[in-house]
Amino acid sequence: MSVVIPYNVELRADTGLYNAKLGIWLFLASEVMLFGALFSTYILLRTAAPEWPTGLLNVPIGFFNTLVLIGSSVTMVMSWASLKLNDYRKFRMYMALTLLCSLVFLSVKAYEYSDKFSHDHFPSTSTFFAIYFTLTGLHALHIIGGMLIMGYLVGPGSKMWKTEPDRFANRIEVVGLYWHFVDLVWIFLFPVLYLL
Amino acid sequence: MSDHSVDDIRAHVKIYMMVFGALAVLTTVTVAVSYLDLSIGPAIALALLIATVKASLVALFFMHLKGEVQWILWTLLLTAIFFIFLMFIPLSAFADHIGTPIEAPASTHGDSGEHGAH
Repeated sequence: MSVVIPYNVELRADTGLYNAKLGIWLFLASEVMLFGALFSTYILLRTAAPEWPTGLLNVPIGFFNTLVLIGSSVTMVMSWASLKLNDYRKFRMYMALTLLCSLVFLSVKAYEYSDKFSHDHFPSTSTFFAIYFTLTGLHALHIIGGMLIMGYLVGPGSKMWKTEPDRFANRIEVVGLYWHFVDLVWIFLFPVLYLL
Repeated sequence: MSDHSVDDIRAHVKIYMMVFGALAVLTTVTVAVSYLDLSIGPAIALALLIATVKASLVALFFMHLKGEVQWILWTLLLTAIFFIFLMFIPLSAFADHIGTPIEAPASTHGDSGEHGAH
């Protein structure tokens, strides 16, 4: 007896959505609260601190990484659009570019971390570095999580395109929503940590 | 955002490129503004305003919130209310001190001239 999971492609009459899309948005709502709690912590720590260090992070590097992540959001949405246009080759190309951008982002982040460690700047060094490493570390974990899912979908998971193309396109849309959220968090992290 | 014709998608692709350009420009503006000699209040307000505009562009166009169904919009409205509440929790740290008499710091430096204005 095989169990068929409903509403993978067809829309539920009551929500007007396929189930995974409602699922990812509920997950993202919980993610807003997770990062929100940490932003709230940042505000508390900063307003309570007698002085707050500025200029400890390299702005050009942060600026470059912001552009890389925004670029990856564009290639992500283009990979979904390519599937909708039935162009599987372009889909693979854009997904590969997205993965490349995320790898560049992580490499730059690793360089920044190692540079800080070499100057004896650790999470335990100061309140600023504690919240900096917590926020960017959690964000980097989200990047790694996204890369794993994208790697699966462009690799072994891509077989679904031949059997259930609409369901596969929906999977790409869902991972895309997650990826744009990760980009969106960085859009706030960059000015808050690097510029202010 | 579920009924996509080929023409729709092609129109979307043009919009994605325009949004990409806008995001790159706004990121540059954020960095440029940080080099202006603004005091911390206006600097925070401006940086967060630009970040909010950028985040809105990502949410509206890349995440297709523009034209999304009511279920998602209401979920996000609820999330936004909780998020705003969360951002105001640090204020409770200040509220703790409401009603506590403010004590003037003990003067150990003698007359420095700072009190002359009062």
